[in-house]
Order: sequence, then C-alpha cells, then structure tokens
Amino acid sequence: MTSSPVTRVRDRAARDAVEVRLEGLSRHYGSVVALDRLDLTLEPGQLIALLGPSGCGKTTTLRLLAGLEDADAGRIIVGGRDMTHIPANKRDMGMVFQAYSLFPHMTVRQNVAFGLRLRRVGAAERDRRAIDMLELVGLAEHATRYPHQLSGGQQQRVALARALAIEPQVLLLDEPLSALDAKVRAQLRDEIRRIQLEVGITTLFVTHDQEEALAIADRVGVMRDGHLEQLAAPTEVYSRPATSFVAEFVGLSNRLAGDVRDGSVIVRGCTLPLVEQDTPNGQVVALVRPEAVTMASAGAPESGPLVGTVIAVTFLGATSRVTVDLGDARILAQFSTADAAALSAGSRVALTIRPDPVLVSASSDPAVSVAGEEA
Amino acid sequence: MAALTSVGETPLAAPAGRPRGMQAGRRRRLNAFRYVVFTLFGAFFLIPLLAMLRFSLEGAKLGTWSLSAWRQIASYQGSGIPPLLSSIEITLELAVITCAVMLVLLVPTMIWVQLRVRWLARTIEVLCLLPLTIPAIVLVVGLGEIYNRIQRFSLSALMLFFIYVILALPYAYRALAAGLSGIDVKTLSEAARSLGASWFTVIVRVIAPNMRQGILNAVLLTFSLVLGEFTIAYLLLYTNLQVELYSISRNTPNAGVLFSTSIAALLFAFVLLMILSYAGRGRRRSRG
Repeated sequence: MTSSPVTRVRDRAARDAVEVRLEGLSRHYGSVVALDRLDLTLEPGQLIALLGPSGCGKTTTLRLLAGLEDADAGRIIVGGRDMTHIPANKRDMGMVFQAYSLFPHMTVRQNVAFGLRLRRVGAAERDRRAIDMLELVGLAEHATRYPHQLSGGQQQRVALARALAIEPQVLLLDEPLSALDAKVRAQLRDEIRRIQLEVGITTLFVTHDQEEALAIADRVGVMRDGHLEQLAAPTEVYSRPATSFVAEFVGLSNRLAGDVRDGSVIVRGCTLPLVEQDTPNGQVVALVRPEAVTMASAGAPESGPLVGTVIAVTFLGATSRVTVDLGDARILAQFSTADAAALSAGSRVALTIRPDPVLVSASSDPAVSVAGEEA
Repeated sequence: MAALTSVGETPLAAPAGRPRGMQAGRRRRLNAFRYVVFTLFGAFFLIPLLAMLRFSLEGAKLGTWSLSAWRQIASYQGSGIPPLLSSIEITLELAVITCAVMLVLLVPTMIWVQLRVRWLARTIEVLCLLPLTIPAIVLVVGLGEIYNRIQRFSLSALMLFFIYVILALPYAYRALAAGLSGIDVKTLSEAARSLGASWFTVIVRVIAPNMRQGILNAVLLTFSLVLGEFTIAYLLLYTNLQVELYSISRNTPNAGVLFSTSIAALLFAFVLLMILSYAGRGRRRSRG
C-alpha cells in the first residue's frame, strides 16, 4: 500500500520536535537597541507568533535565530545544543522570507530540491521528496514552471515547501504573507497552520498583523522596544492584556476616564473589575474593548454619561462598528449587524459597559484609541 | 435590432475614430522620424566603411576593380606559421584569458561587496571606472617597468592580459552592476544560506546564474576591447591582431591592403561578437 505525500512528509519529520531557547539575547545597531536581553522559549512543536510595531525587534529576533545576524550577547539553544556561533548554513532551520525568495533561474522542483542537493541526497530521492513537498502545498502540477510563472501566493507556498524539504529542526517565517492580497493571505495563513500542525515542527512566525498572529499561533509574543511585553495564548493576549501597550496594540481600545476605588474602576457610571487589583485609588484612563460596549436594555434613561448620538456605522460583515458621540468623548462599540441595523448617523442610543476586567493607564488624555486598527 | 445596433454604434464610432486617427498620424510621423534617424546614423557609419571597401577593391588604374589587396592579406607570409593566423590565435587566447580573469576578479568581488561590505561599493566603483580617465600612453608608461621585467621571463603577447583586464574594468563593471541591480541579492543569498549553502555556493550557483545577462554583456565588451586594441600592444612591442594588420599594410606597396585588412578585422570582430551574443541569447530562450 502506498502512503500519501502528507504521511510520508510527516513520517520523515517524525524525529522529535525540538525546544528553542533564547537566553538574554541582545543586539545593537550603533546606539539603537534592537533587542534587549530577550528571553523566549518555544516549546517543541509549538508555533509562536511575534507581534509588534516596526522596529520592535521581532525580525531581529528571527534573524538572530536563523544565524543571519550575530547577537551581541546572549545564547541560542536549539534542542539542547548551543547554536549561538553556528553559521546560518549549518543551523538546520527552514526559512520563508517576506520578499519572494525563489531562485529565478531554477524551476519550482529545482528550488524545492536545492537544499536536498546541498545535502547530497540522490537525484531520484531528491525529486520524489520535492514532489511530496509540492503536493503538501498543493502545487505538484507546477513543478516544471519557473518562479516568474507563478502568482505571489504560489511562490510563497513553494518557498514554504522548499524550507520544509530539508526537514529542518525549526521553521522561521518572516512576514511571509505581507506581500499578498487579503484573500490569498487568509488562505495561505490557514494552510501554513495546517502544514505546521501536520509536520509538527517548532515554528517562529513574525508578523505585524495582529489578526494573523492571533489566528495562527499557539502563543503570541507582543514586542516593544526590543523586549517582550507579553507572551501568552492569543485569547489571553486579547482579553487579558498584560500592559496598556498590549491592550492598545492588539485590537481596538476605548480610552475612557475612570476613577479607581478599592480594586475596581468606575467608568461613566459603570463599575468594572481591574486586571491589576492593586492599582491605587485615583483618576485613571480605562482601556475598554469596543465589544464590551453594549446597547442598554429598553427603558434606559434618555440621558446619562453613556447616552449619545451615533456618528457613523461601519459594516464589518457579521458585526458592525458604531461610533457614538457622548458629548465630552467618543466611544466605539461593536454590535451584531442585526442590532446595528436599527442605527444610523444621528440616532440617539443608550450604552452600557460589560463588566470585563479592564486595564488602566495613568495617561490624562482619554480618547478613542485606534492604534490597533492600523496594524 | 438592426436599428438599435446602428444607433448605438454611430455615436460611439465618431468620438473613438478621431483620436484613433490622430494616434495613427502620430505613429506615422514617429515612424518616419525613426527611419530618418536610423538612415542618417546608418549612413554615418556605413559610408566610410563602404568607401574603405571600395578603395580596397581599387585596381591599378583609377576606377577599375581588383581583389589584389585582399589576396595580399592571405598570401602575406612571415617565418613559420603565417603571422596573421598566429596573431588571430593569440588575440583570441588573449580575449578568453582577459574575460576569464575579469570575471573571476569582478563577479565575486561585486557580489561580496553587495552582500557584506556595502560601504565599499562606492570605492570599488571609482576604482573600476578609473581606467576610463587614464590615456593608454600613460598606462603604458606607468606599467612599462612591470612589462620590462615580465619580458625577461616571457615575450608572449598573452602577457598583455594583465593590462587588458585593467582596460576592461570600467565596461565590465557597468555591465555587471546592471546585471546585479536586477536581482534581490540579499534575499536570495539568505534563502540559500538558510538551506545550507556555503558562500561559494551562494555566489556560483545562486547569484551568478541570475546575472547571466550582465556577465554576457561584460564578456562581449571585454572581447571586443581585446579584439580592437592596438595602441598598448604596439607601444609595448607585442604583436596582436591589430598590430599584425598594421604591419601587413605597412609592408606591402599596395595602399589598398591597409583598408582590406581593416575591413577584414572589423568583419572578424563583428562575426565573433554576433556568435557570442546569439549563443548567450539561445541559452536564455531555452530556459524560459
């Protein structure tokens, strides 16, 4: 009985997935600190997405792990072996780049087989494994084409097949989807996750797209100024952000003035629990998710701190985002499209805030934050 | 239906027709301009060549035709191997050696500079373009001492490759730089490195094949430079094709020989460069 290409690939990758440990990793570019004593552990077979704004150090982390740059300090341990000073070509790591990186003078099959050729795998075995990998990414019928004859999405899939063909210990993905259009991006994102789970390889995925990171990763690391702000499961990063930076970077947040009193914060008449219970009493800015803002039940008062005029309704598919002017502030709310159907610009609406734990910051400039929207 | 179609088509045809007519007129004028420019430039290059050809075919009496000037090239004999044949051979060898040395020196250097020491790129460019600004006679004087020493060990004209590599540097550098600019050297090399390639493999098997057009252009330019070089070989007392042709024309009483040899040399270089160019293009097509 012949096995499927997926089974063959999985069987070949069956050697145990490895743990990757970055210990106190630092990197400076002149006076700029790109990475500041970063500690990060990737459990065997886990996919960690590093997320953060430009210049936060996520790509530097990946390049140091790949051996494409040298660390100023710290250690890189892969499968218990110190790789800090091992050159890139001896690290046994597959990498997919942001830019299209297929070798233009080689066919798709030759590209995938390139790493195997360097490892002196026999021609027949090399071709068979290349075709297996291409079947894994659904491009076996394009084996004889040249890269310029493929679309961007297909090129990145071939690049993934090429990276996996050498059966690396670790898979490194450096914003592989950022050059693709939205639809192909979502498809390929799911495909990367499927393949990663099938092959069971320890993977580091770098992106600036929060949706991508939250959708694909076992754990998400949010980076800022060369260090990790939070490393946790996607749901935890979103619902229990460790810092106000994470709260603002991941998803949208309303910044509303609040008053901390004995472990909870009062925001526009609603009492909300605090993520950090030991926050001292006083005036703060509370970070409230749009989906925590709901419509008040029928019979709510005609006026109050959470009654306002709808400025805009943005259709997002299953949900709609509603911007409401409260007089002294604006608030973003996210309703189901069915609920939002009754609203239009100029409608009066009464809101309430669901008592989810919120983060507070000391900033004295409350306003609707859209920091997460651009990411 | 017919009425509807005709009503619908007429107004569409009228506005579309005028710009199309204007475009056709503009295209005709552009084509005419191209033909005029092409004819003028063609005449500029071809009339002297045709005049040379006519002079080389001039008979003993003015206005008559004769092949004697061409026959004298073929019948010109020195001692041993006919010197013309030997000079062709040595010039071709010289061209091959010069191209090889130039490629071995320049291709890895330029790739390495692009990959690892980008800050050196400007310096390398200036160094490579420098020979353009140095007259041949200055080069000969400057390198004369070195060649005096070389001549103690070898009198072969092949020794000229050293100075020819210097002469070819500006042209080869420009051609290779153009080839290099068309590829993402950093990403390709990092991809190859991550797959296990050594730096040597990166240069030879990944980057160089992708700059083949640039390499081919550099080879063509270097080849044509070596085929046409006279001054330095003559001043350093070496005999290459051009020096030999000059010598033939000087040693025969028929002035037409000067022109027959010049045209023969031009044709020789032209055919050779065409072969090289088509060989490169043929390989490119077969790939795509």
